[in-house]
Amino acid sequence: MAVRKKNAANTIFLIVAYTFCILLALLSLLPFVIMFVNATRSTTEIQAHAVSLIPSKYLKANFEYLTSATFNPLKGFINSLIVSVGVTACTIYFSTMTAFAIVAYDWKLKQPFFTLIMCVLMIPAQVTSIGFYQFIYKIGMTNNYLSLILPAIASPTTVFFMRQYMIPSLPMEILQSARIDGAGEFRIFNQIVLPMMKPAMATQAIFAFVSSWNNLFLPSIIITKNEKYTMPMMVSLLNGDIYKTEFGVVYLGLFLTVLPLLVVYFLLSKYIIAGVALGGVKG
Amino acid sequence: MPKKQLKGISYSKYGYLFSIPFIVTFLIFSLYPTIYTALLGFTDCKGLGNTSWQILDHPFENFKNVFNNNSFKVSLKNTVAIWLMNFIPQICIALLLTAWFTSRSNEIKGKGFFKVVFYMPNIITAATIAILFNAFFSYPIGPVNDILVSLGLRDSAYKFLVDKSASRIIVAFIQFWTWYGNTMIVLISGVLGISPDIYEAAEIDGANGVQTFFKITIPNLKTVLLYTLVTSLVGGLNMYDIPKLYLNGGPDNATLTTSVFIYNQAFSGSYMYNKAAAASMVMFVIISICSAVLFYIMRDKDEQKLKKEIKQAKKMQKLASEGGQKWL
Repeated sequence: MAVRKKNAANTIFLIVAYTFCILLALLSLLPFVIMFVNATRSTTEIQAHAVSLIPSKYLKANFEYLTSATFNPLKGFINSLIVSVGVTACTIYFSTMTAFAIVAYDWKLKQPFFTLIMCVLMIPAQVTSIGFYQFIYKIGMTNNYLSLILPAIASPTTVFFMRQYMIPSLPMEILQSARIDGAGEFRIFNQIVLPMMKPAMATQAIFAFVSSWNNLFLPSIIITKNEKYTMPMMVSLLNGDIYKTEFGVVYLGLFLTVLPLLVVYFLLSKYIIAGVALGGVKG
Repeated sequence: MPKKQLKGISYSKYGYLFSIPFIVTFLIFSLYPTIYTALLGFTDCKGLGNTSWQILDHPFENFKNVFNNNSFKVSLKNTVAIWLMNFIPQICIALLLTAWFTSRSNEIKGKGFFKVVFYMPNIITAATIAILFNAFFSYPIGPVNDILVSLGLRDSAYKFLVDKSASRIIVAFIQFWTWYGNTMIVLISGVLGISPDIYEAAEIDGANGVQTFFKITIPNLKTVLLYTLVTSLVGGLNMYDIPKLYLNGGPDNATLTTSVFIYNQAFSGSYMYNKAAAASMVMFVIISICSAVLFYIMRDKDEQKLKKEIKQAKKMQKLASEGGQKWL
């Protein structure tokens, strides 16, 4: 009797849990499905019925209209790629180096330095943007991607993560034996430490890349030239008057900006989820 | 021979050498702009592209202005309200899903799939999502209105985009929708870090799932929960992309957040760099307090303990030697 009661309770629990999870999954997926389907439909079709699951045949027409004005998805894609690759490379290489300095060596100012990193961990770019803009403007580096890429050399969150990962996984004996073999410290870092840190670097690279790719605030302060717009800035053009009445075109523009991210996500989702689980990554 | 050489070399200089890139970049691109922003808050710097400035006769005028500015007050209220409306449901649903996905008695199949799908919105460009939702809630024919009318939930389409509270709720919802998957994954990894022995002991004592969750999981998750709270709060205080691109802070400032306020002050209209800088500094102080709390939570507890012990041992040694000397 008690067992049967428990079984019934379990069944009810499973029904509730699955229903809830499937609803949430639909909530996550449906917006993208609607976006994709509407990208293939004409404005008149969308005005008649805004939700449909059957793709129509206006994809090409929408694309032609979309690219006839200022919106240039390919340009935005390439620009964002340049910035994000630069940011990712700087973040990963120099954060690992900084973490190495903290973990492998004993120096007087090590502890104050690490405390400083912890202190600035959460200070976001937004609150210091006015001074940043004025400084960049003065040295004439507006519309220059370097002003978006170079600051990535100092990424406190990544340094913090790398340090946490390096402490248990980098045996000091290896450094000692490399030294006995006559390797210089810089070579030890590049040829021994970097390969050992690969898993952590891969995780952090994904997040550095995605957060740079999605960044809107700083680029929209530094970049003013149309041909230098990054992807999120291109997207904001879709809010403009040219596209206001062309629904299908707007959906297509949005879809094109989402597509590369979705491809990357479904290829790397396992690593991304594992990376989030490790914590410390919150935009 | 080489061994002898090794002993003689001090490696500490490499510690400095390897942290030079970080320190130099930090000083130039982080510390200097921060100080400069603070300074600009006391000046008359305004007008497009203007970089010359003078300290005001009444240095705190900008700050006074900001505190008396109705838009700023509204934006601060909005930011907190939108954050609360996003965070409370977010943490509740994330906790619920965590309890289900880590349940020992009822294995839910397809956890991996659900995790991947729930997290997905978090990786998509926030700018894209804001404009997508703007299209979804458009009037008279947007997908949401279409669904509501087709299902008979409403007789006619609703003007979501001009309704103040609806806009606020929608921005909070988007924020919730993009972050609950992330929070869930962080919480699940927190639960997996709890020793299974405790759960086994609870099972033997006959605790049911709900009791285990409230009496064991939640107390053991305290640090992770606090971490989630603070990071979400700091992120929420900087909310920019979604309110900016969903309705540019409108309708009637209903979704104006502090970041949008700062941006609009500094980079549009009359380019009030000084007032924006003053508002930035107010936010800077608020966020610094929040991250001080985070620093306190995340500090290495074991290391701290060890240090204390070492200190104490040294003290004892000193005392002992001093005492010894006295006795001698």
